[in-house]
Amino acid sequence: MAKEEMHLTTGVGRPLAVVMWLIPLAAVAIGMRGWLPPLASEHGAGIDLMLRYLLICAGALLVLGHLALGYMLWRFGGQPRVSFRMATPKQERTWSFIPIILMTLIAEGGVFLIGLPVWGKYYGPSPADAVTVDIVAEQFAWNIRYAGKDGVFGRTSPNLMSLDNPTGLDASDPASHDDIPSIGLMYLPVNRPARIRLRAKDVLHSFYLPFQRVKQDVVPGMAIQVWFVPTQTGDFEIACAELCGFGHYQMRGLLRVVSEEEFEKQLQELPTFQ
Amino acid sequence: MSDAHLSEVVHEPQSFIRRYIFSQDHKVIGLQYFLTAVFVSLVAGGLAMLIRMQLAWPTATWPLLQKVFPDGFSGGIMKPEFYLSIVTMHGTLMVFFVISYALLGGFGNYLIPLQIGARDMAYPFLNMLSYWVALLATVVMLGSFYVEGGAAAAGWTSYPPLSAVPEAVPGSAMGQTLWLLGMALFIVSFTMGGLNYFVTILNLRARGMSWMRLPLTIWSLFLATVIGLLAFPPLTAAAIMLLMDRHGGTSFYLPAGLFFGKKLLAHQGGTPLLWQHLFWFLGHPEVYVLILPPLGMTFDVLAAFTRKPVFGYRMTVYSFWTIGALSMIVWGHHMYVSGMSPYIGEFFSVGTLLITIPSAIIGFNLLASLWGGSLRFTTPMLFALGVLALFGLGGFGGLFLGTPTSDIFLHDTYFVVGHFHYMIGGVTLFGMFAGLYFWYPKFFGRMMNETLGKIHFWLTFVPFYFVFLWMHFLGLGGMPRRYYAFNEYQFLSALAGQNLYISIAAFILGAAQLLFLFNFLWGIWKGRKASENPWEATSLEWTAPSPPPHGNWPGRTPTVHRWAYEYGVEAGDRDYLPQSAAGRSASA
Repeated sequence: MAKEEMHLTTGVGRPLAVVMWLIPLAAVAIGMRGWLPPLASEHGAGIDLMLRYLLICAGALLVLGHLALGYMLWRFGGQPRVSFRMATPKQERTWSFIPIILMTLIAEGGVFLIGLPVWGKYYGPSPADAVTVDIVAEQFAWNIRYAGKDGVFGRTSPNLMSLDNPTGLDASDPASHDDIPSIGLMYLPVNRPARIRLRAKDVLHSFYLPFQRVKQDVVPGMAIQVWFVPTQTGDFEIACAELCGFGHYQMRGLLRVVSEEEFEKQLQELPTFQ
Repeated sequence: MSDAHLSEVVHEPQSFIRRYIFSQDHKVIGLQYFLTAVFVSLVAGGLAMLIRMQLAWPTATWPLLQKVFPDGFSGGIMKPEFYLSIVTMHGTLMVFFVISYALLGGFGNYLIPLQIGARDMAYPFLNMLSYWVALLATVVMLGSFYVEGGAAAAGWTSYPPLSAVPEAVPGSAMGQTLWLLGMALFIVSFTMGGLNYFVTILNLRARGMSWMRLPLTIWSLFLATVIGLLAFPPLTAAAIMLLMDRHGGTSFYLPAGLFFGKKLLAHQGGTPLLWQHLFWFLGHPEVYVLILPPLGMTFDVLAAFTRKPVFGYRMTVYSFWTIGALSMIVWGHHMYVSGMSPYIGEFFSVGTLLITIPSAIIGFNLLASLWGGSLRFTTPMLFALGVLALFGLGGFGGLFLGTPTSDIFLHDTYFVVGHFHYMIGGVTLFGMFAGLYFWYPKFFGRMMNETLGKIHFWLTFVPFYFVFLWMHFLGLGGMPRRYYAFNEYQFLSALAGQNLYISIAAFILGAAQLLFLFNFLWGIWKGRKASENPWEATSLEWTAPSPPPHGNWPGRTPTVHRWAYEYGVEAGDRDYLPQSAAGRSASA
């Protein structure tokens, strides 16, 4: 039975070839639209470069691969006899070098040459002149705190946590008195490094600044630091990127990047802990 | 491989229960796995439709659904915690209870003895036990929808503390406990099945079936089994530890100072990252357990419908081995931004990107297998070509996520959702369909309808790209995954509306699968009768009757004289030689 049926079905080959050609073209056309949120940080330029490099390389391979696939479907579809049966083991090994070399260059090359410097800097030590912000994440809010005039953060203890004192700031520690706590609103000066100290009091969260290209999980029991340099003033959203419960989708905060003077003024005006 | 085994008299059980219910025949067990997977896929697919419904119309009310899910849709609106439950269960059910069951339990059971020329598995009783434990795991998992608080809601990865503390989310009550029990049972079942597949391939190959004569389907199943046996059991330990944290007061995953509502928890000394390591130690190899078999099957389907040997058989086998080895040491790429040391992150990224090399060789070999072939576009061939296309796009997406620098931005966005749906959603799905359409005549002795099959292909292929390719772009736009709605954020306002179009395509994709279901069921009774070898294929299963009797071959088991890809040769009026044909062949 099979023979007639198999030959009858060759007609699908050419439409499929055309679809295979259209797919990468459509993907590239849609991909050319600027999808990334506008960039607003220094290290973010490196992340964007990495993304663009991969988009170009992967896009090119996608186009080439699909063009080849479509070509073969078009040319060999329904051909009554095999025109090329099999390669020799040596030829097969030789051809394997194409994917080996391509992937070594594109994938490992990209990681080492473009990615590693950005990664290393992002996770490296923060500059000494950085503004330090302490963040305690909870379901479903960001508790933000500045050290105040003395530049020292007051002690916190889980035993002191309550609805009025969500981070458990210890009033018996003199350093805590001038701390500036706020919920969900973070000020940062533009073009000055910001050092963010991240802790969580209940479940995992992830501190996500889409425009600044910052994403860092916040893990209960750990204090994790990230740093970055905001390069644009304005209001930017803070989102949570790690599932943290039913309010995950609305765990929204606001990052307000202002000039250095404006930042100092705000710190003067914001109420302190005591 | 003794003579006694070759010609042993096979006693076929006569009672209905021993034959079809508590059967020890690998073919019946394989079909039991398939049926279970089909049933669970209806549930998990339905959950996917609910997810897409919510994302398309986040503020709509659904009075009708309120009648079906009085708790989940109280007031007619889907509750966020219910949304998280269905997201969690969609992922869990699809990965473990549909794809694993169909690929390893279904194809593994059905094809391994038939393709290596054995009468059955090495341990038929263990095989039966494996299925019944799998069914128990399924019942426990599905049952969790009906307990207080609903099904687990901490994501298919079940990261603690969300999954450890009942106060954290409603699904973390009894639902999470059942989730953990279900997973532990799943692993018990997989270990029994996997051990069986491993021993069977090792010991029960027919005379002459040397390793390099095995069809690539068997190679892929063999390596999938090895990976699974090494990587899965640690999660059993992890699940028990999490159960003890939940019910026994231990603190494996819980540090000091956890504060919920108004209560400070007494736990101290643990870390949530331990779970992430243990979970991904299973979780990442798991994706290779799932993706190797469809790739192996695709090679075999391509060979039959290009009428020529696959390109680079040896290189493909070596690539399978390399992927298998590397898959065990790359789990950390799921944790680049978890707070893990950035130095370790760099190690994991180098390993992860090494995997692109054998993967690219496999992709290249699939593509090159078409060169010069006499292509026949049957339904299984179309799905096999679909695998090829999806594997390419999905693989390139992996570059973005395996590179830690770009992953900082893309982690936990829709780019990830798009990517893994291409790989463990798409390659596996298309591979399963290629395999089911291909081996259906062997399973049931009848053919599926080709026209319906082709319509099914087009209605799956095109919407699939629409849904999951688009998700990659949403991810580039920064859209986070596992959000109940996107109306809280300004930066997502431009993207949120696109979910409607994705959802419509997803509904088409979902509905098209009913076509397959109809075709599948209709064919069992009404399909055209199939001959022993309707596709003129070479591997041993096609020398057995369709469907094969108990013991697979009525007489002696076959002796193997050649590899599985003797296509495109002069052999009388045929262009192929079965593996069991004696004598030398001449190239056409």
